[in-house]
Amino acid sequence: MQNAPEKRLHKLLHSRSFWVCALLLLPFATDALLGHGWVRILDFAMLYIMLALGLNIVIGYAGLLDLGYIAFFAVGAYCYALTGSPHLATAFPLSIEGGVHWPFWVVLPFAALLAGGFGILLGAPTLRLRGDYLAIVTLGFGEIIRIFLNNLNAPVNLTNGPQGISRIDPVSIANLHLNVTQPLFGMEIPSVHLYFYLFLSFTWLVILASKRLEKSRIGRAWMAIREDEIAAAAMGINTRNLKLLAFAMGAAFGGASGALFAGFQGFVSPESFSLMESIMILCMVVLGGMGNIAGVILGGVLLAILPEMLRHSVIPLQQGLFGKIIVDPESLRMLLFGGALIVMMLYRPAGLLPSRVRRRELGSDEMAEKP
Amino acid sequence: MNPEYLLEIRDLKVAYGGIQAVKGISLNVAPGELVALIGSNGAGKSTTLKTLAGLLPPASGHVYYQGKNLKELAAHQRVTQGMALVPEGRGVFARLNVTENLLMGAYSRDNRAEINLDLDRMYALFPRLAERCGQLAGTLSGGEQQMLAMARALMSRPRLLMLDEPSMGLAPLMVQKIFETIREISAQGMSILLIEQNARLALQAASRGYVMESGAITLSGAAVELLGNDAVQRAYLGG
Repeated sequence: MQNAPEKRLHKLLHSRSFWVCALLLLPFATDALLGHGWVRILDFAMLYIMLALGLNIVIGYAGLLDLGYIAFFAVGAYCYALTGSPHLATAFPLSIEGGVHWPFWVVLPFAALLAGGFGILLGAPTLRLRGDYLAIVTLGFGEIIRIFLNNLNAPVNLTNGPQGISRIDPVSIANLHLNVTQPLFGMEIPSVHLYFYLFLSFTWLVILASKRLEKSRIGRAWMAIREDEIAAAAMGINTRNLKLLAFAMGAAFGGASGALFAGFQGFVSPESFSLMESIMILCMVVLGGMGNIAGVILGGVLLAILPEMLRHSVIPLQQGLFGKIIVDPESLRMLLFGGALIVMMLYRPAGLLPSRVRRRELGSDEMAEKP
Repeated sequence: MNPEYLLEIRDLKVAYGGIQAVKGISLNVAPGELVALIGSNGAGKSTTLKTLAGLLPPASGHVYYQGKNLKELAAHQRVTQGMALVPEGRGVFARLNVTENLLMGAYSRDNRAEINLDLDRMYALFPRLAERCGQLAGTLSGGEQQMLAMARALMSRPRLLMLDEPSMGLAPLMVQKIFETIREISAQGMSILLIEQNARLALQAASRGYVMESGAITLSGAAVELLGNDAVQRAYLGG
């Protein structure tokens, strides 16, 4: 038994309780080592993971290339923003004084449902389209939503246009306001930590739902549609309904994370929902491994955190070396990102953690469950 | 509508991308019969079959199956009625393995025990597939994929099996093998509508045949008679 410590390490890395503890301690460790700002970055990473997992349903499972996915995130965010801020009351003097301010557990499912409805709205006219054609229409749809948000401040001021909506209620669950430091279990837990735990639990739910869907009858039907739509119909699969369901389901996850985003930020504006965001989320799915939950999570973590690390290291590095900043971190980020994508496509075209199909081809076992 | 037939097509017309691909054809399949629809490339055979499977809408005419007009039924509903299509080019689910492909064929059924029994039956009928049960369908040879597509269609327990060009792109030896299996399935009592460019093989296996030319049926009759027919010999049998 010479490799007993290795075995123990292996066992530890595969035990659920280890990961639960690590994730629970993560915000505190990050806070202590890197500061508050990094916990905030972790919060955003969680939101991105939720979005990537939602998009994975549409692209990875059902094979429908959606380039306008951020639109559903926007629908969810504006849904939360409009119901949770005084904006509606100022725009429509007849409505309730000061806004409707629905409780969190009402507005979250409502945002998910509304986004799901938009998903069907996008899905219905595109049922006959596949591949590139579908991608173009979805791309247009994403832009339409953003442009609507940008311009719907006239004739009635619904979205407040490019200025966006501010003074949005923070998320509060059972009278616990997540925007201020809360004393819990004898500890002072800062707001960013609270949001981290909230997002973590929702991410966990989305992972759970994705896993169940993958193994379900619906998931199998989606895979058949992805592989060959005509053959899928010949198997007795109602391709129309199942494609709509994929759009709606993916959109609902996007809408829910949009609502969380609005509550977390306290402010939404159309510029958060640009085409670039859709592409980022698509890259997370493709980079990590389309169709594989662990891969998609890894892709989300990497693409949400690496740019920040770069931003925080490039400036001090250049100042130390040259005494001034030669390359702007933002352009360096895009350069490295583009380079990384090309290298990926050449050497790991199926993603960092390929889906089970590729794994089976290579004959290796289950890979890591979670990051 | 004649109640003796399992499938009856009356004056079916189908327009496909602005072209009248099927110009009013009538044909029928009696229970247990193997009927071949032969014709050259572009005659409208595949369009006919796709329409029967509910994948294309007919422009006019009627399709009766088990005495019922199929007009309103979508493709997936026709499967539950017992019509199974083996699509052109086989259409196996490339990134699923053989067993998963077969189970997908039983998508419209829910009795798990019966499905497993049928799975064993398919592996008995196609021993080659049993050997490759864990392999991804996309990595099978063309002939094996054709076997898989046929087995997958049989997994829905159909009463009518519709085969679209099963010999397409296969090595001659494999074509022989596929046709042996088609005869075997037919001998077990399955009603089959077979579409083929390889007229000789199709007519040798079938009891009756129809000859289709640019969207219309020009000849029909017993398979033996068609094999001996001068016009058929000249046009399709190279003699």
